[in-house]
Amino acid sequence: MSTTQEPVSEPQNALLEATARTSPGDYVRNYLQRMKGGDMGALPIIIGLIVIAIIFQGQNEHFLTPRNFVNLIVQMAGITTIAIGLVFVLLLGEIDLSVGYVSAVAAVFLAMRLRPPDGWPWYAGIIGALLFAAAIGIVQGLFITKARLPSFIVTLAGLLVWNGVVLILIGTGGTVIIQDPVIIGIANAFLPHVWGWIVGVAAVAIFAYSKLRRWKRRQKRQVSSEPIAIVIFQIALVAVIMAAVVYVANLDRGVPFVGVLLLIFLAAFTYLADRTKFGRYVYAIGGNTESARRAGIPVDRIKTLVFMIASLMAGAGGIVLASRLRSVDTAAGGGNLLLMAIAAPVIGGTSLFGGHGRVISALLGALIIASIENGMGLLGLSAGAKFIITGLVLLVAVLVDAISRRGREQSGLG
Amino acid sequence: MSNHANNTPILELKGVSKRFGAVQALEKVDFEVRSGEVMALVGDNGAGKSTLIKGIAGIYPFDDGEVFFGGEKVDIHGPRDAADLGIEIVYQDLALADNLDVVANMFLGREKVGGMWAMDEESMEEEAIKTLDSLSVTTLRSVRLPVASLSGGQRQAIAVAKAVMWNSKVVILDEPTAALGVAQTRQVLDLVKTLRAKGLAVVIISHNLHDIFEVADRITVLRLGKRVNVFDASKTTQQEVVYAITAGALSQVPGMVKS
Repeated sequence: MSTTQEPVSEPQNALLEATARTSPGDYVRNYLQRMKGGDMGALPIIIGLIVIAIIFQGQNEHFLTPRNFVNLIVQMAGITTIAIGLVFVLLLGEIDLSVGYVSAVAAVFLAMRLRPPDGWPWYAGIIGALLFAAAIGIVQGLFITKARLPSFIVTLAGLLVWNGVVLILIGTGGTVIIQDPVIIGIANAFLPHVWGWIVGVAAVAIFAYSKLRRWKRRQKRQVSSEPIAIVIFQIALVAVIMAAVVYVANLDRGVPFVGVLLLIFLAAFTYLADRTKFGRYVYAIGGNTESARRAGIPVDRIKTLVFMIASLMAGAGGIVLASRLRSVDTAAGGGNLLLMAIAAPVIGGTSLFGGHGRVISALLGALIIASIENGMGLLGLSAGAKFIITGLVLLVAVLVDAISRRGREQSGLG
Repeated sequence: MSNHANNTPILELKGVSKRFGAVQALEKVDFEVRSGEVMALVGDNGAGKSTLIKGIAGIYPFDDGEVFFGGEKVDIHGPRDAADLGIEIVYQDLALADNLDVVANMFLGREKVGGMWAMDEESMEEEAIKTLDSLSVTTLRSVRLPVASLSGGQRQAIAVAKAVMWNSKVVILDEPTAALGVAQTRQVLDLVKTLRAKGLAVVIISHNLHDIFEVADRITVLRLGKRVNVFDASKTTQQEVVYAITAGALSQVPGMVKS
């Protein structure tokens, strides 16, 4: 306590009393109120996934099969990885248009260092590619913060520059083949069935442990905590989802290694966003840059680091995508990769206007996008039809964001 | 009005000046406030009130002049320097991040960190509740609500609580009652009196002379970047202060030839 004077006699703490006793009923009521206020959480995603599943399963019986489910995880891995980095950029209320081609630059860098004459070992190649990608992010971040240029323009320039770099590096040959078994294994290896279960159980155990430990600590200190029934419900829900994923994946080839990688990224970056000072500052800057600056937060440094994270994760995503294709060609990083990576967190509920969103939105949104892509692929739709449908889904997602923002403002939920 | 417990000013500015391009926002202004005193800072729009407090806060450092804190000369180059001295400013626009909850706002920029780089949310929440309690702010439903959902008076109370939580010695309030209703204004004025009773030096900027005469011990009047007078609130009238704000007992109005 650091006020200048302690109150002479501690009064009965009305606030503390009120916050320590939250019943499950209150919690559910608060949740419903937040939803009405436009903060809908994961609900639109779940409804969307059900609708998508019904539509595509009705058209093609192969949609809801273990084989296609495993394919889906592998297909969404690259976009999800890139999108996780973009969540932080969106939280600032900024944009990074360069991530598509930064991912390609990292992939080309890796592929070229692995092959002769360089012949780097796989780990050196990955570290080098990630450092290169991070450096790109720092440079772009410095232009945005120090030269005070809009992130839209700086990263648009980045988009062109890195596209050019990819074309020059690959040259007229057209394709760089990757032969390193470890790199190829990133997106093409599957856990033995027993290991799938071990990883699944371990993940649920870690989630449950951290949730319960937090709950217990907050109870002991008598600060506001979620009702234990809700905590147990959340743990049970995660356990059921995890068990279903491992079970279904094991009916086919097993849990893809890249699925474990996604889980690690998700956990690490959720921790960064929710529990650390850095994450708090990102939210603060996205909510009110001026108040963040007046609170003494090093706004420019945080922003630059966020653009570094976005490029770093783009690099990681590029490696995943290259691993899946076992090669890098001149089309890498192009197409609608950028659009998908930005759309994923927005569809998952992260606001384009800054300050609102969660890391898991990248995964949820990517799940929706990958499901649509996958389903349209099964139906054999034309490229034109795919673009139109994907574009409309993005439009709907942004519309939902704008409407929920208005709802938040009206209900005063920030 | 309360006695001045201590006759050395806790914060004293001597001859500070600030120029923005062609505009002389402050010209050789003296200013002081003592512990356990409420000093009002008044003046018309453009008189230099905001520039003065932003200089104290380190947002726009002064071009010229000296700042003394507790009798010692200090250099304030940024918001951190001011905060380290124990000077806290509650801005007109509240400087709260709407998307963050009450605890996150009160600790913004000064989060407590525990193991594994994680913030110590429990300690922060406990201290936030204690501070709000000590200021008799008890109308909040939960300190985990985003501040966007709070009323104007509650937001102002959070901003003040944030300022006093840090062992602060000087609290500067910029238009604390400007956007508030009658009952909420009362809450804030009571809060100002609580701060004074705790022995803090309070600087309050306001256009509302009624509010000022209710809480202030002394009144500093600025006009066109100069200090025109310092009144003892118990020995002056609203008319006298209004005259100083508008006509100003300046020997020379800047930019005009002395007649």
